[in-house]
Amino acid sequence: MFGWGVIKGMLVTLKNFILSYFTKERLTTVQYPEERLPVKERFRNFPFLIYDNKPEDLRCVSCDICAKECPPKCITIVRDSDEQGKPLKRPKVFDIDFSICMNCGICEEVCPFDAIFMDHEFELAKFGRFEDLNYRKEDLLKPAEHFAKIRPQDAARIEAKRRAKAQPATPETKTQ
Amino acid sequence: MKTPTEIKQDIETKFPGIQITLEGASLIVPKERWSEIAKFLKNASEYSFDFLSSVTGVDYKEYLEVVYHLYSMEKKEGPLTIKVRTDCEKSLVPSVTPIWRSAEFQEREAYDLVGIHFMGHPDLRRILMWEGFQHHPLRKDYVQDDQDRSVEQF
Amino acid sequence: MEYTLKETPALETQTLEVSLGPQHPSTHGVFRMDVVLDGETIVKLKPVMGYLHRNHEKLAENMTSYLASMPYTDRLDYICSMTNNFAYALAVEKLANLEVPERAQYIRIIMAELTRLVNHTLLIGFLLNDLGAFFTPILYAFREREKILDLFEDVAGSRMMCNYFRFGGLKVDVTSDFIPRVRQIINKYPKFLDEFEKLLSENEILMARCQNVGVLPKELAISAGVTGPMLRASGVPYDIRKVDGYSIYNRFKFRVPIGEKGDVYDRYYMRLLEMRESIKILDQAIREIPDGEYISKIGAAGARSPRTFKPPKGDAYGRIEAPKGELGFYLVSDGTTKPYRYHVRSSSFINLTILEDMCLGHKIADAIVILGSIDIVLGEVDR
Repeated sequence: MFGWGVIKGMLVTLKNFILSYFTKERLTTVQYPEERLPVKERFRNFPFLIYDNKPEDLRCVSCDICAKECPPKCITIVRDSDEQGKPLKRPKVFDIDFSICMNCGICEEVCPFDAIFMDHEFELAKFGRFEDLNYRKEDLLKPAEHFAKIRPQDAARIEAKRRAKAQPATPETKTQ
Repeated sequence: MKTPTEIKQDIETKFPGIQITLEGASLIVPKERWSEIAKFLKNASEYSFDFLSSVTGVDYKEYLEVVYHLYSMEKKEGPLTIKVRTDCEKSLVPSVTPIWRSAEFQEREAYDLVGIHFMGHPDLRRILMWEGFQHHPLRKDYVQDDQDRSVEQF
Repeated sequence: MEYTLKETPALETQTLEVSLGPQHPSTHGVFRMDVVLDGETIVKLKPVMGYLHRNHEKLAENMTSYLASMPYTDRLDYICSMTNNFAYALAVEKLANLEVPERAQYIRIIMAELTRLVNHTLLIGFLLNDLGAFFTPILYAFREREKILDLFEDVAGSRMMCNYFRFGGLKVDVTSDFIPRVRQIINKYPKFLDEFEKLLSENEILMARCQNVGVLPKELAISAGVTGPMLRASGVPYDIRKVDGYSIYNRFKFRVPIGEKGDVYDRYYMRLLEMRESIKILDQAIREIPDGEYISKIGAAGARSPRTFKPPKGDAYGRIEAPKGELGFYLVSDGTTKPYRYHVRSSSFINLTILEDMCLGHKIADAIVILGSIDIVLGEVDR
C-alpha cells in the first residue's frame, strides 16, 4: 500500500511519546538550574593555583614554564623580589585572562612543581569583558583541601608522589 | 609498487632529456615537462595513479615548491611524492586540473596563500581570503598590518 | 472590418542570480553559494568559502612546540575531535619514528570508532532536518549521542575538545569503568539503529526526494579526489583502514559497504551500514584489549616538556579514514621545535569540488539536500 512507510514512522514517534511518560530513559531533559548533573572528576574548566596551609605558602615558584607552554598565551607572570632587588621564588603578578584561555589543560601537565590544576567551576559569566575577566593572583588561590574534594583520585596520587620526593630515598624508610 | 628509483628510471627512459633528482623518497621534476609526466603517470597501465590526494605549496626562502601526493585507487598502492620547484618572483607552474579534477580547489588555495601561479587553471582566483586582499599570507616574509607583538618575547 | 489575429510574441525570460548567503539555516555553517537560476532549475553554481578562515596553518608555524598545535586540531572538524588528534599524532610519529604501546593502540581505535558513531548519527539527523523533518530525528540522534559524549568527558575531561592524544600514546589512562560502559553502549546501539531505520528508511517522502537526486558517477568521483562514504556510495571499494592498515586495523575483521547508484539515498544508507560495522570493530577491540603502558618513554618525556621535542629533518604525510573522508597532515621539519610547514588536507574542502556538477539540472530545494549529504563542517573547509 502506498504510504505504509510514513505510517510505520509515525508509529515509532507515537511509541516514543507514550513511553516517555513511563521510562526515565526516553525523557532526558534536565531542568537546569533547579536540578544539576554531577560534575565528572576529570572535567577541566579553568585553572587555579594551590597553597598548602596559608595563602602565602603557594607552591608556585614563578618558573614561567606554564606561561611559555600555554598555546594562546593567556598567562602573565612577574617574579617577586625583596628589598635589595634579589629575585625570590614567588610570583608577584600571576594573571590569567579568561577570555583567551581555551581550557586545554597543558599548563597542568607541564608544571614541574604541581602548583596549577584545572578547576570544575563553569558558572563564571561576568558583565565586564576586560576588567572582570582578567583573574589576578588573589582570585586564583585555593587551598589543597579544595583540590582533594573535587578530584580525590588525582589528589591522592599527587600527595603520594610529593611525600615520596620529600623523604630521602633510603630502602628502610620507603613510603607506605 | 615500484620504488622511487625504479619510477625515476622508467620516466627517464620514456622521456629522454629529462633530469629527475631523487631526494629522500620523493622525486623532483622540472616544471617545464611536468604536464607530460603527469599524463603518463595517470594513463600508464603499470602505474595508473588516478587519485591525487594533496597539493601543498611551500615557501623555502630562495624558491617556492609545490608538493603532490599521488595514490592509485585501482591497484591500492601507496604514496608517490613529487616536488616541482619554481622561483619566487615569477612563479609559474603548469596546472594539473585538466588531468586530475581534485587539484582545482587546492591549486586555488596554493595561489591564494603562497602566491604560486598555475598555467591552464580554469578559474584561478582567491578562495579563502577576500577578493582585493593584496599579499600572500603563508610566505615567510609576510608581516601583518596590526602586528605589534613579536613572538620572540615568549 | 478586418480583424487580424496577432501572434503573441514568445515570452522573454531571464536568469536570476541568487546568493544563498552565509547566513542561512540550512548551510551547515557560514558558507555561501552563488546560484544562477532559470525558473527554479539551477544553471550554474559556485561555492564561496573563507568566512571561517582562522589561519590554522600559519599559527602552527609560530607556536612554541609541536604539542601546542594539538588543542587547535580539535577545532578543525569540531564534531569529531578524537580523529583529528589521531591524524596529527600519526603524522608526527611518522616524522619522528616513534612507537606506540599496544594498549594505547587499542584505546585509540576504540575512540576513533566511537567518534565515527557520533558523527554518522548526527549527520543523519541533520540531513533529515534539511529535508524538512524539523528536529525529531535530530533529537533522537542526540539522545544516543549523549551517552558517548558523557564517556568522552569521563576519560578526557571535555565532551568535544578532547585534546587526548599525545605523540607516542595518550595523555592519561582510561578510567576503570570504561570498558563496561562501552560494552553497555554497544549492546543498546543496534536496537536504536533498528528504530531509526523503521522511522526513516522506507518513508515514501524521503525516497521520493532522495532517490536519483545528486547522482555522482564513478569516474568523476575518483578524478575529483572524493573520499569517504561519498566515494563508496558511488561504487568504489576504497577504505583507508583496509588499504593502508594504519595503527592496528589489520587485526580486526570488518566489511566495507559499497553503494550502487551514488545518489543521496545511497549516501544516507551507507552511513547506517557503516555504523553497524563500527559496532563490530568495537566489540572485537574491547574483548582483546591488553594491559600495559599508555604512552612510550620518549612520548612521556615529550609531553612533560614539549619544548625539548625535536624531530629530525624531513617531511611526512600521515592520513586516516576520518568519518567524513580522508584527513591528512603534511609536515615539513627543519630540526627545530616548530614545524617549518604544516598543511591540512581536509576532506570537506575537496569533496566540495563536485558540488556544482551534482546540482546542475535540479531544483533549488535539491541543492540544500545535496549539500547536506556531502557532510561538510566549516571548521574543516576553511581551517
